Amino acid sequence: MGNLLSLTTFIPLLGAVILAVFLRGDDADAQRNAKWVALATTAATFIVSLFIIGQFDPSNPDFQMVEEAAWLLGLQYKMGVDGISVLFVMLTTFLMPIVIGACWKVDVRVKEYMIAFLVLETLMLGVFMALDLVLFYLFFEAGLIPMFLIIGIWGGANRIYASFKFFLYTFLGSVLMLVAMVAMFSQAGTTDIPTLMAFDFGSETFSILGVQIVGGMQTLLWIAFFASFAVKMPMWPVHTWLPDAHVQAPTAGSVVLAAILLKMGGYGFLRFSLPMFPVGSEVMGPLVLWLSAIAIVYTSLVALVQQDMKKLIAYSSVAHMGFVTMGIFAVNQQGLDGAIFQMISHGFIAGALFLCVGVIYDRMHTREIDAYGGLVNRMPAYALIFLFFTMANVGLPGTSGFVGEFLTLMGVFQVNTWVAAVAATGVILSAAYALWLYRRVVMGDLIKESLKTIKDMDGRERLMFTPLVIMTLLLGIYPSLVTDIIGPSVSALIGEYDVAMAAYEAGTMVAENGAGE
Amino acid sequence: MISADIQVVLPEILLAGYAMLALLVAVYTSKDGLASTLTWLTAGVFLAFAVWIGINGVGTDTAFSGMFVSDDFSRFAKITILISAAIVLLMSEGYMAERGLLRFEYPVLIALAVVGMMVMVSAGDLMVLYMGLELQSLSLYVVASLRRDSIKSTEAGLKYFVLGALSSGLLLYGASLVYGFAGTTLFTGIIIAVADGAPIGLLFGLVFLLTGFAFKVSAAPFHMWTPDVYEGSPTSVTAFFATAPKVAAMALFARVVFDAFGGIVGDWQQIVAFLSVVSVFVGSIAAIGQRDIKRLMAYSSIAHMGFALMGLAAGTALGVQAMLIYMVIYVTMNIGTFAVILGMHRDGKPTTDITMLKGYSNREPLMAFVLLVMMFSLAGVPPLLGFFGKLYVLRAAYDAGLGWLAIAGVVASVIGAFYYLRIVYYVYFAERDDGAAGRLPPVLWTAAVVSTVIVALAWVPGINLFGLEPFAAEAALTLVN
Repeated sequence: MGNLLSLTTFIPLLGAVILAVFLRGDDADAQRNAKWVALATTAATFIVSLFIIGQFDPSNPDFQMVEEAAWLLGLQYKMGVDGISVLFVMLTTFLMPIVIGACWKVDVRVKEYMIAFLVLETLMLGVFMALDLVLFYLFFEAGLIPMFLIIGIWGGANRIYASFKFFLYTFLGSVLMLVAMVAMFSQAGTTDIPTLMAFDFGSETFSILGVQIVGGMQTLLWIAFFASFAVKMPMWPVHTWLPDAHVQAPTAGSVVLAAILLKMGGYGFLRFSLPMFPVGSEVMGPLVLWLSAIAIVYTSLVALVQQDMKKLIAYSSVAHMGFVTMGIFAVNQQGLDGAIFQMISHGFIAGALFLCVGVIYDRMHTREIDAYGGLVNRMPAYALIFLFFTMANVGLPGTSGFVGEFLTLMGVFQVNTWVAAVAATGVILSAAYALWLYRRVVMGDLIKESLKTIKDMDGRERLMFTPLVIMTLLLGIYPSLVTDIIGPSVSALIGEYDVAMAAYEAGTMVAENGAGE
Repeated sequence: MISADIQVVLPEILLAGYAMLALLVAVYTSKDGLASTLTWLTAGVFLAFAVWIGINGVGTDTAFSGMFVSDDFSRFAKITILISAAIVLLMSEGYMAERGLLRFEYPVLIALAVVGMMVMVSAGDLMVLYMGLELQSLSLYVVASLRRDSIKSTEAGLKYFVLGALSSGLLLYGASLVYGFAGTTLFTGIIIAVADGAPIGLLFGLVFLLTGFAFKVSAAPFHMWTPDVYEGSPTSVTAFFATAPKVAAMALFARVVFDAFGGIVGDWQQIVAFLSVVSVFVGSIAAIGQRDIKRLMAYSSIAHMGFALMGLAAGTALGVQAMLIYMVIYVTMNIGTFAVILGMHRDGKPTTDITMLKGYSNREPLMAFVLLVMMFSLAGVPPLLGFFGKLYVLRAAYDAGLGWLAIAGVVASVIGAFYYLRIVYYVYFAERDDGAAGRLPPVLWTAAVVSTVIVALAWVPGINLFGLEPFAAEAALTLVN
């Protein structure tokens, strides 16, 4: 099949169109039908995506299954996957049926809700497959629309504020990237991502309004892309939209946000910042390392004092994303492997943690930590699952959380020992906030009157968690499953990076020698 | 000789003849009883002319020794003007009839305004330019105050007239300076006169000319009349103001700066860039506080004119192409948005209060969706058509070395996104039981749905803006060389 990627991408959209056109009414039957159609669509997408991983050749670092068609303005419709992106595609298709499962209790505008998620899935898949700059931007930005609506229509009490903040924050970051893309298009004459990766954007230092820009054009472009991806990740100090968005979003929205949408930032760094602007990355890399280290410690401390469970997990997400950015800008095999691994594993773990919050929120309609306590007495299965994912979040060896943190720390240690040392304290802090949360919610005696009749997880909820538990364990015990696939592409990326750096350093040496004479 | 000239201006002559014939027929028969028929007929005539011009026109023809030009650029603009005028005319019929405003003069005046616009975009001479501009403006002044028993409508008409006259005065003054220093009013003569740089007096003239145009396209800081006129005029007239005249004025702007002053791009580029950046910011910031959707659309149009001017400021063929595509996209979005606004009713009466849109999605799901698509498109969020318009102008501006303008533009567009999102918030997030409701009449419904489909899907690979791009490129190339 020549167009497997497009097929995978647009199956969810097809499901959304079918729902929009053929489903009428808003009674219980229609709602049930909407959910089943959405579930069937996402399941079908997952099954089709299995063919992608089946056909994928891990030993080949190039883009595979490439599809091309002409488009307007000299752009092109081009899709393809390599070792870096293919796992994100799989992560998305794997998680979406679970996300739909998490919406099962929704009873307001169910049809529209399902359509929003299906459209969102198409856009997320497109982000990870697009091989044209503008096509990437299209998918990347368009994802804001369904997410804005998901938070705004189905969110909590303060949803308007959160949705506007989410939209405007990310939009501001992205438009700067758009200008940078226009500049790249103008300079290189193409928007083809593989071509741009090989294109050498100017790195001669120049000054604007008296400010010396070391690394020249590459640094400017790097900063513009950074504005977008850093907000999306999110990195400290532009992370403040995330806790608000998470707290107000419905459970399924939080899961998508934490598990997949945040990964777009990291993916962007890997796809654009590193290969296209190596000099810019080298110039600005130390800054990112320190920002990441600060993020890890600071947001872990902030997480300690949260009263709201979702907010706590949101801050822990920011901390974990700190490990990712740190690993990426260490630019060595361990760092990059670890960053990608951390993103994949965080997709499972953070998704599961938000689902855990959703389970008790569905029963008690509050996320206040103080409203709970002693759940283990009435919900043993839930206590077990929650414990498992709390441990995975902390990075217990044997779970996937450990591998990612360990690899990134190892990668950074080779580059900057101090950053690694600061970041390592974050591991301890994460144990503190996560275990303390667990103790307050699950342990102790069940004394709250309102909790006396709470029921343990039902079959649907257990079914939702099963694949997540399996994946977390599997990746924790056998990490080669991931690293074998990403390895060749990552080492190719690092090879290109080193070549570019060598050329740049040789150039600066010559310039300095020339100035000295 | 003269018959060849007539051949070139035949569409304008015939359309003017049609307008006067319609006027006579209506006066001597059943007057307003004929208004509905006449509206439909006029729209049909517009469409027929659009097809005729589209099929017939090849190459560049000039008439009356260069005073009137018919080339790819003018044809592109004329077709856009005619089609959008026809659609808006059809959309307004029901609305005007319902409010007792459907007089037979309405389609006649619109037809005359369209003749004026067609003359404007074909002008090859400052006199012809002024003639077309005034024919258009005078018709529109009257149309603005069509609701003569409403204070707001007459105020709108008067304000439009006074400020319009002022801008015409500025423009005439500029034209006289240009004539004085260049010795000719023909564009082909002026461009020769400025071939070795323009004398200072001529530059003064250029500045006054540009000021006049800025009034007409409602670019800041000459935008003050726009919100009041938009708010006061009957909504269907506002819809018309927001579409065809904007295209005509923008095309005229491009025509003059390139045909007459194409040799001194550097001199007018900074003025246009300034107008552009001020417009995008004024339009985006001032719209935030608006409570009336027509005023909001007025500020929105100011911001969009800023973006179109960004293309023009590039001073290249790519820039003109971007501007033309931007205008077509802008018109499409406005037709869709105004179709919904025209259909906003509360207790059987039209309303334009934004808060009436609260909970609109519960009452009219399809139209709410139309508004959703239009608002995100106006904000420039991909994958909707508005984004591609912005992409074209950003590209053109950056290529021309105006990187700062591109950055300023996108920052303003983020500010602007806030008020578009606010509409979405009213429509989808907020609740209200007594807000605007009511099914749209078939014409409006069709306009809204068709434009939504276009805005949502015209960029898809394979459709590629219905092949608009090469036409715009050819049109731009005839202007810039």
